[in-house]
Amino acid sequence: MNSNPQLNKHGELQHLLTIEGLPREIIAAILDTAAPFTEVAEREVKKVPLLRGKSVFNLFFENSTRTRTTFEIAAKRLSADVINLNINTSSTTKGETLLDTVDNLSALQADIFVVRHASSGAPHLIAQHLAATGRDHIRVINAGDGRHAHPTQGLLDMYTIRHYKKDFTRLTVAIVGDVLHSRVARSQIHALTTLGVPEVRVIAPKTLLPTQVEQMGVRVFNDMREGLRGVDVVMMLRLQNERMNGALLPSPQEYFKYYGLTPDKLDLAKPDAIVMHPGPMNRGVEIDSAVADGRQAVILPQVTFGIAVRMAVMSMLGGA
Amino acid sequence: MAKLPAASELCRQLAELMRPHVTPATCLVGIHTGGVWVAEWLHRELELTQPLGTMNVSFYRDDYSQRGLQGGRKPSAIPFDVADAHIVIVDDVLYTGRTIRAALNELFDYGRPARVELAVLADRGGRELPIAATYCPQALSLAPTQSLNLEKAEDGSLEFTVVEK
Repeated sequence: MNSNPQLNKHGELQHLLTIEGLPREIIAAILDTAAPFTEVAEREVKKVPLLRGKSVFNLFFENSTRTRTTFEIAAKRLSADVINLNINTSSTTKGETLLDTVDNLSALQADIFVVRHASSGAPHLIAQHLAATGRDHIRVINAGDGRHAHPTQGLLDMYTIRHYKKDFTRLTVAIVGDVLHSRVARSQIHALTTLGVPEVRVIAPKTLLPTQVEQMGVRVFNDMREGLRGVDVVMMLRLQNERMNGALLPSPQEYFKYYGLTPDKLDLAKPDAIVMHPGPMNRGVEIDSAVADGRQAVILPQVTFGIAVRMAVMSMLGGA
Repeated sequence: MAKLPAASELCRQLAELMRPHVTPATCLVGIHTGGVWVAEWLHRELELTQPLGTMNVSFYRDDYSQRGLQGGRKPSAIPFDVADAHIVIVDDVLYTGRTIRAALNELFDYGRPARVELAVLADRGGRELPIAATYCPQALSLAPTQSLNLEKAEDGSLEFTVVEK
């Protein structure tokens, strides 16, 4: 297996496991491929036949109705057959290992696995296992693994930024909130730096920042007002209550006071700055309703673009 | 082989073939990329009032499982109601017929047209499907090793070239 298991020997996308280490040309190709898919949703028949006869297995070892649904819609709009498996409620509770599950599903003629797992690296492990057992025609897409990566979310965020701001090389982008627990933040930072964004800021309390986050090429701000000054894009993160162990925060009210995006804080960004959020939003915790529903929010377009980006990834993986 | 016909002259001839059959309700759909250039020219020349449609048929190609996703990244745009419309699909070159098969499939995902016709600048032979052009000013016979390409110069003029594959 080569050093980047996501790419085949011709440098083409084989699996989508993480944005880290993905060449700029591949990211650009995914965004370019997504563009024509946005139009498919406006047709009378919202479907194209690319993945007709292929089987996409959504393997969700961790619950996420929203992400699973977006992958399901994307696969169905490509005419694939979609099989949803919520595995935390099935085999693993009976003691089957991750790779046994994969072997069994491979025997059911899977073409693409979309994997969500609470452990970082699980999709990677599956891709390695498939290669080691001579089944590398099966593709793996990471739909979120532990604290590691959520590449399609990062890519749809890049699509959204490009849609509204065109040129990445002139932007200042702020990522705000629970960076520590966020695989989305990691994917965003890798994508933004790869695409040439000159200044990526992270804004968070010290308790919600990973150690040595600066090594990812970002500027760190603990004061939100200072960090938002003059930015073109504000990317909010969800406060991940379910991933927090112990008391990292005093209270949601206290968090909102210092790190909630309110209209007066947003006024410090550029007047045409856009506000993004990967959803689901905690209104009144990380974002004020006046901002979430305001004219600068592009949160619902993100959801729509997410379908096109996932269609692009699947169609790039599902062909020859 | 014989000298290639001038694309601009073929455009004029194609317009004259179509003129008696188009009405203000006729809709043109150009296939990316060469077909769109020809369709743009015909749309002006025939003074059609319906907005011009364009299609990128790469999502409907039959070689996806062999070659992966091919073709440009321009979205299809059908800015008129396909249901009950008289539609002329426009492409630069008719060859195997597979592109037109893909275009027909795509078109029907927008609705059920009343009538669909096909206009091309040149038919180079080599059909692999039972598809024929309704309007075509030039038939050529090219070897399978040759590819007939339409190119657009900076001044907007169109020109055919033959490339050995």
